[in-house]
Amino acid sequence: MDLTLKVWRQKNREDKGGLETYKVTGILGHYSFLEMLDVMNEQLIMEGTEPVAFDHDCREGICGTCSLYINGEAHGPDRKVTTCQLHMRMFKDGETIYIEPWRSAAMPVIKDLIVDRSSFERIQQSGGFVSVNTSGNTQDANALPIPKMNADKAFDVASCIGCGACVATCKNSSAMLFVAAKVSQYAYLPQGQVERKQRVLNMVEQMDKEGFGNCTNTGACEVECPKSISIEYIAKMNREYLSASITAE
Amino acid sequence: MSKGLSSSSVGRKVLMALSGFFLMFFLMQHFVINFFSVISADLFNEVSHFMGTNGLVQFVLQPVLLVGVLFHLGMGIYLDVKNKAARPVKYAMDKPSENSNWMSRNMIITGIMVMLFLGLHFYDFWLPEIKDKFIDGKWDEPTKYFPHLQHKFQDLARIVIYCISFVFLSLHLLHGFQSAFQSAGFNHNKYTPTIKKLGNLYAIIIPAGFVFIALFHYFNQL
Repeated sequence: MDLTLKVWRQKNREDKGGLETYKVTGILGHYSFLEMLDVMNEQLIMEGTEPVAFDHDCREGICGTCSLYINGEAHGPDRKVTTCQLHMRMFKDGETIYIEPWRSAAMPVIKDLIVDRSSFERIQQSGGFVSVNTSGNTQDANALPIPKMNADKAFDVASCIGCGACVATCKNSSAMLFVAAKVSQYAYLPQGQVERKQRVLNMVEQMDKEGFGNCTNTGACEVECPKSISIEYIAKMNREYLSASITAE
Repeated sequence: MSKGLSSSSVGRKVLMALSGFFLMFFLMQHFVINFFSVISADLFNEVSHFMGTNGLVQFVLQPVLLVGVLFHLGMGIYLDVKNKAARPVKYAMDKPSENSNWMSRNMIITGIMVMLFLGLHFYDFWLPEIKDKFIDGKWDEPTKYFPHLQHKFQDLARIVIYCISFVFLSLHLLHGFQSAFQSAGFNHNKYTPTIKKLGNLYAIIIPAGFVFIALFHYFNQL
């Protein structure tokens, strides 16, 4: 498979950046998208051109490191996959593929296709945790009865890998699906009750400070989320927030 | 202690939903009263006169409605400006239709079109009513409403603008109805599919009903 790639190149945060065109040849359908980029970078190195910087780590869809807006969609044209799980068989021979970084004021480009996702870290630090005594007399988590339905829902949202596809695909660059997932995963569990109210208030406040947009319920985020997290959890976050706003000290 | 609802993104979203619920409720009662004009001129005059002279409607509900309309418009524009600022660099290649529908992405356009129509609507019906009552002091004219309505619906240009505006309203409601429930936190496997179906029915039946009333009076006077 021979492809034409339009790849975003940007030297640093301050650089304006732009799309560069590269040709890659000999790509097989079973290659992952990141392997195709590896081939492209090998070609660029052989030509004496600086390789394209892009984020990747586990390459098995669980770390949330890879990103990329591919041909107008977060993580490319396939569904329920991260970019590392995207196979080149999804593309046709001779196709032109646009490869861009996530676009959001709250996730600025650092270099080429790599964006700064530390805004997610700061949101997480503001409330995405439970305070548990780990001094040696920690209670066995299994000693706390949890309804199966709640455990399942908590697990569903805990599968969020924080990749940022929700922000990238939302026309408003809203981070509400991410924050809703992090708020909900603790709200369903007994361990999360102590900080429940303050958690949602703090995380929403930090999300707003970071400069993400507002959710307008287009539902694009749940379609592009590699872990299929539903926008029903955004509604849950809204309930949590309203309740906490009214009752928190 | 949390700050006021209007100072957070989630709070603003909930306020948009609440004002949306209020406007949708108002729209339904407006439709019912307008539909009386198809059934009987006397009934329409009677109900319109009641609405136009009742103290609670005039001095409490009407100002609340005006505030609701202006709030929904103002907050909608404010949020849209903020949302656009959240993505200063656009994608060179973007395919939003792969994951969302046109109505959900263009609420600001359909909303502003509806508000532009409201300008004409206020000029046609609301301002003359305000002038009659509050400037000329004519509060007791129980038979003026039906002839006034008929007079406005004689004009073909008005009818065309009216019909196009209600298409925009329908597009706005096709997303807005179910979106208001989602924003207010109502999303449940059991009820959300029904809410979406009800929303589609509301978004088609109410605007189509307004268009029917306008066409009914236009063709009746040919």
